[in-house]
Amino acid sequence: MLLEEKTSQEQAFEPLIVAFCCNWCSYAGADLAGTSRLQYPANVKIIKVPCSCRVNPNFVLRAFQKGADGVVIAGCHPGDCHYSTGNYFTRRRFTLLMNMLDFIGIEKERFTVDWISAAEGSKFAAVMNGVLEKVHKLGPNRKMRDKRWKR
Amino acid sequence: MQRIGVFVCWCGSNIAGTVDVAQVAQSAAAMPGVVYAKDYQYMCSEVGQNMIKQAIAEHGLTRVVVASCSPRMHESTFRKTAAAAGLNPYLVEVANIREHCAWIHKDKAEGTKKAIALTRAAVAKATLNAPLVAGESGVEKRALVIGGGIAGLQTALDIADAGYAVDIVEKSPSIGGKMAQIDKTFPTLDCSACILTPKMVDAATHENITLYTYSEVESVSGFVGNFEVAIRQKARSVDAKKCSGCGLCAEKCPSRKAKSEFDEGLRTRGAIYIPFPQAIPNVPVIDRDECTYFKTGKCGLCSKICPASAVSFEQADEVITQRYGAIVVATGFDMIELDKFGEYQYGQHPDVITSLEFERLTNAAGPTGGKFVRPSDHKKPKKVVFVQCVGSRDTSGRGKPYCSKICCMYTAKHAMLIRDKYPDVEASVFYIDVRTPGKNFDEFQRRAVEEYGVQYIKGMVGKIFPEQDKLMVHGVDALSGETVVIDADLVVLASATKAKDDAEALGRMLSISTDTHDFFTEAHPKLRPVESHTAGIFLAGACQGPKDIPETVSQAGAAAAKAIGLLSKKKLVTNPCVTTVNEALCSGCLACEKICPYGAIAAKTIELTNNGVKETRVVAAVNEALCQGCGGCTVACRAGAIDLKGFTNRQIMAEVDAICF
Ligand code: FES
Repeated sequence: MLLEEKTSQEQAFEPLIVAFCCNWCSYAGADLAGTSRLQYPANVKIIKVPCSCRVNPNFVLRAFQKGADGVVIAGCHPGDCHYSTGNYFTRRRFTLLMNMLDFIGIEKERFTVDWISAAEGSKFAAVMNGVLEKVHKLGPNRKMRDKRWKR
Repeated sequence: MQRIGVFVCWCGSNIAGTVDVAQVAQSAAAMPGVVYAKDYQYMCSEVGQNMIKQAIAEHGLTRVVVASCSPRMHESTFRKTAAAAGLNPYLVEVANIREHCAWIHKDKAEGTKKAIALTRAAVAKATLNAPLVAGESGVEKRALVIGGGIAGLQTALDIADAGYAVDIVEKSPSIGGKMAQIDKTFPTLDCSACILTPKMVDAATHENITLYTYSEVESVSGFVGNFEVAIRQKARSVDAKKCSGCGLCAEKCPSRKAKSEFDEGLRTRGAIYIPFPQAIPNVPVIDRDECTYFKTGKCGLCSKICPASAVSFEQADEVITQRYGAIVVATGFDMIELDKFGEYQYGQHPDVITSLEFERLTNAAGPTGGKFVRPSDHKKPKKVVFVQCVGSRDTSGRGKPYCSKICCMYTAKHAMLIRDKYPDVEASVFYIDVRTPGKNFDEFQRRAVEEYGVQYIKGMVGKIFPEQDKLMVHGVDALSGETVVIDADLVVLASATKAKDDAEALGRMLSISTDTHDFFTEAHPKLRPVESHTAGIFLAGACQGPKDIPETVSQAGAAAAKAIGLLSKKKLVTNPCVTTVNEALCSGCLACEKICPYGAIAAKTIELTNNGVKETRVVAAVNEALCQGCGGCTVACRAGAIDLKGFTNRQIMAEVDAICF
């Protein structure tokens, strides 16, 4: 019975990916992916932030805690940040977080930081498809999920 | 508790095709705080907007959520709608269910589920939205135009005619740009110099225009309406005020090794030189890398013979700092280097030349005085072969994947001009496709074939072999499948256009983005073609992508109109989404100050009473006029004392929670 439940649950595994996109590049890149009618799964949900440096590591942890199976931060290419240096901070901060996630047992593959420009609609779709593929392989995120939180 | 209204847009069938909009509205109605939910065909239309206004009044809405296209598209529209109904515009949130949902998913059930989730996130965020009031800032009534080619000149003239001061910064010693090098222009075949030089003179003599030639932009700071720009005026080594432009120095300069940039290296010039006879300003410049005096300390002939004693070896670079309300980037383009295209023998054989060299070769003011001869032996060629798409539409990595756009037309022009002047010369063109959209363009190209008998061969050239004094051009006629060999005397390569090498660096300085090929990116490919993503910075001409002259001029006019629109404003509304410090939480560590790219955060001493004892404490203070709202500091703050209005920690957390619902 228990086993059956588990398999049916796994079959129905619909990963949830939360993507934080900076307004100037990656959010626009996601818009371009839409305008070009590129396909990527509906599991990806985007939150707009002014700059990738606005993303607090707490947001990432919160997403994992609330049941996200993967988190993406996307910003302008290094050197192209609308606020000139924002994404350099992003890069440093999330190298640290990556190590910490690893330490607490969350697979590194669940967390992606990438640079997607406003012109890279196809890269946006490719990155999202790539993330989903990895997350599908890993299965649902159970490590940090708050049990009281039902999705 | 908030009273939230949710408005779901169908966008015709754009959203409604893959999202069950009625169900989205129905689910939204059950979300916390939502008291009204409605779907409609076109929310952005007048009817749709009135619907929102009416609902605000009738249902006493305190927040509005519109689930529609990207906020980059219509957020401002809906903010205005709310404002018109008496609601603070920043109480509106947009859920992007078109670009981020309807357009990327085919499955309607999936799309609907996602649209509901995105709407839920927007509702959650809107609940926490606070009314924000935008500040005001003044506008410096002066524009900067970077680049003095046709794009820059046209922009500057238009802005100056509207009554605003304009400065043109041009890197080379003279204004005029690429157009000054061209002999005739398509499709009218009028003389390029005859239409350009009057504009150059107009710009130089206009009371509102200041020229900074031989100058570069060194740094840019500030923001729309208030840019501060440092311009480095390189030392000409000639005092422009004294110089009469007689040209004696350039004539007598004993150094003759430098290649003339203007003549594409087909002629040499002195170390002291005037780039071309119609140069503006007509003041020579010393190329310090070539000048014997600068290299060895000897010579100094120019200084001795100058009747006006204008030569000044001691002159140093000068940095001028100026404030501007608007900046127009018009830095133009270049042609790619052909060193990766060994098969064409360019650089190996003198009779293989680029199209721009050909322009100089046929120009009456060019190195041959307009006599049509080939570079190697100065004989008149009998067969000329033109090769198009050299490096254009090239996905092999050697060239550029895009179409350079102007080559089909100028090649037709070149071939036509030869056949017109010398009917005995044969002209053949190798092409992949002939692309001639544009007014009178196709007619022009057809005339080249039909009236002037230019031979067009569809196919690429495989290799060129020099044989005695001939160039054997081996190609394939793709239509017949046969190999073609032409014993040419001159080969002209239509090399691809590219962005300026320093475009990326300039883009970084201005914080405007460039695309993968280093052309500057416009704010919207259709609707905002001359604006950059940075407010107050506009684009004109080929720096944004390959363009011909008519297109460049119209874009320059459009950029000027945008700049004038900006300069004519009395006040600008500033972005209210800036950071604030909660002084009660701030420990005064000032970690935020260090990472702020705008210097918008500084220490401030506050006085407070602690248990009746007066004390002072250092806290961070934000200068709202300088803060651009990136939010980087909010993450650096250990105490969480600094937060970004419009994107507060709580708002983003609420979005995360709603999405993971
Ligand atoms: S604005 Fe895109 S990363 Fe800073």
